[in-house]
Amino acid sequence: MEQLLKEYLPILIFLCIAVAMAVGMVIASFVIASQKPDSEKVSPYECGFEAFDDSRGQFDVRFYLVAILFIIFDLEVAFLFPWAISLGAIGMFGFWSMICFLGILTIGFVYEWRKGALEWE
Amino acid sequence: MEFSEFLDTYLVPTAITVAQIFAIIVPLLVAVAYLTYFERKVIASMQLRKGPNVVGPFGLLQPLADGAKLFIKETILPSGANKILFAMAPMLTFILSLIAWAVIPFDAGMVLADINVGILYLFAISSLGVYGVIMAGWASNSKYAFLGALRSAAQMVSYEVSIGFVIITVLLCVGSLNLSAIVEAQKTIWFAIPLLPMFIIFFVSALAETNRAPFDLPEGESELVAGYFVEYSSMTFALFFLGEYANMILMSGMTAVLFLGGWLPPMDIAPFNWIPGPIWFFIKISLVLFCFLWVRATFPRYRYDQLMRLGWKVFLPLSLAWVVITAGVLVAFDIVPTPLSG
Repeated sequence: MEQLLKEYLPILIFLCIAVAMAVGMVIASFVIASQKPDSEKVSPYECGFEAFDDSRGQFDVRFYLVAILFIIFDLEVAFLFPWAISLGAIGMFGFWSMICFLGILTIGFVYEWRKGALEWE
Repeated sequence: MEFSEFLDTYLVPTAITVAQIFAIIVPLLVAVAYLTYFERKVIASMQLRKGPNVVGPFGLLQPLADGAKLFIKETILPSGANKILFAMAPMLTFILSLIAWAVIPFDAGMVLADINVGILYLFAISSLGVYGVIMAGWASNSKYAFLGALRSAAQMVSYEVSIGFVIITVLLCVGSLNLSAIVEAQKTIWFAIPLLPMFIIFFVSALAETNRAPFDLPEGESELVAGYFVEYSSMTFALFFLGEYANMILMSGMTAVLFLGGWLPPMDIAPFNWIPGPIWFFIKISLVLFCFLWVRATFPRYRYDQLMRLGWKVFLPLSLAWVVITAGVLVAFDIVPTPLSG
C-alpha cells in the first residue's frame, strides 16, 4: 500500500499543478485584459442572424446508437486487458474462453451491421 | 516528529517531484508552441509559400506573439451559456493533455510515475478527453458548437474502440501494462514491423482521436465555422488550442512507445547507441508529428459517413481479427510472454 501511494503521489501533484496552471492562466487573462461585454458581443454566434431558438433541440438518434455501441465494445476492451496480460498463466482454457466470448460478440456485431445500425447516409 | 525528519521524509521528495513535473511541463509547452510554428512552416513549404517570417528571425518568435495576443484579448462569456461549465471545458482539455505525460518514459528509468498500469492510465486519460469537447459544445448554447461537439464525441469514441484493440495486441506481445516494460520488450524488434497493420490503424485512429485532418469534421470550417470552440476567445480558446496540440504530441509519444521502441536506438550498434535515449524519443515523436502535418497538407477532408464507415466497418473488424490472430499465433507457437510479477 505504501509503495502504491508513493507511485501515484507524483500524479496527484502533477494534477494539482496542471489545475493551478489552467485556472491561473484564464484568471490572469481575465484580470489583465479589458472586459467590455455588450449584448451583441455575448449573443450566441449564428452567422449574423439573431439566434432562432435554443440550440439544445433534437438531434440525430444515431449519435445515441454510436454511444451505445461504444459502451459494448469498450467494455469488451476492458475485459481483454487482464486477459492479454495473463495469457501465459491461464493456459488453453483461458485462451478458448476468451475466443468464445469474442465469437459471441462478433455475432452481435454482424447482427448490428446487417440491421443497418452502422449506416450513416 | 522533528522538523529535520519532516524535511527529509516529506518536503525534499515533494520538492524533487515538483521540479521533475516542471521539467516535463515547461519543455512540453515550448514544444506545443513550436509545433504550431512547425506546422505553419511545413504546410507553407508544401504549398510553396513562406509561412510566418516576420516576427523574429525566420518568424521564430511567432508562437510567442500569438500567445501574448490571445492573453490580452477579452474573455467572452456568451449570454446563453452555462458559465461555469463553459469555463471548465477548456481547462479540462488542457489539464488532461498535461497529466497524461506523468507516465511517459523518456529513457530507461526516466519517468515521473513508473506505475505498473501505465498504458491503462493513458487509455483512461485519453478517453476522458471527450468530456472537454461535450462540455464545451453543450455549455456554449450555440448550434455550431453543439453540432461540432456531437460529431466530435461520436468520432472520438468510435476510434477509441480500435485504439483499444491495437493496445491489446501490443499487450499480448509484452505481457505487461508498464510502459517501460513495453519499450524494453522491443529490444529485439520494434512492434511496428511484426504488427505493421496495427501500427497503421493506430496512426490513423490517432488522427481521428485528435480531430486532425483529414478527420477534422468537428471543426469543419466550411460548415461549422470552428465546431465546439466557436464561442471561445482569449485564454479559454488558447487552452483548447494548447490542449489539442499537446494531445497530438502525446499520441505521437504513444505511437513511439508502443510501436517505435520508445527511447531505444534503431540498432544497438556503435553510431546509434552513442545518442542518448531521450534524443531518440524526441526524434521519433518529431517524425510521427511530421506525418500528422504531412497528412493534413495532402488529404481532403472525409465525409462524416465515410469516417464512421472506416471506424466501425474497417478498423473495428480488422483490429479485432488481429487481436485473435496474434493471440492464436502466440499460443500455437507457445511464445506467450510470461507475466511479470508485481
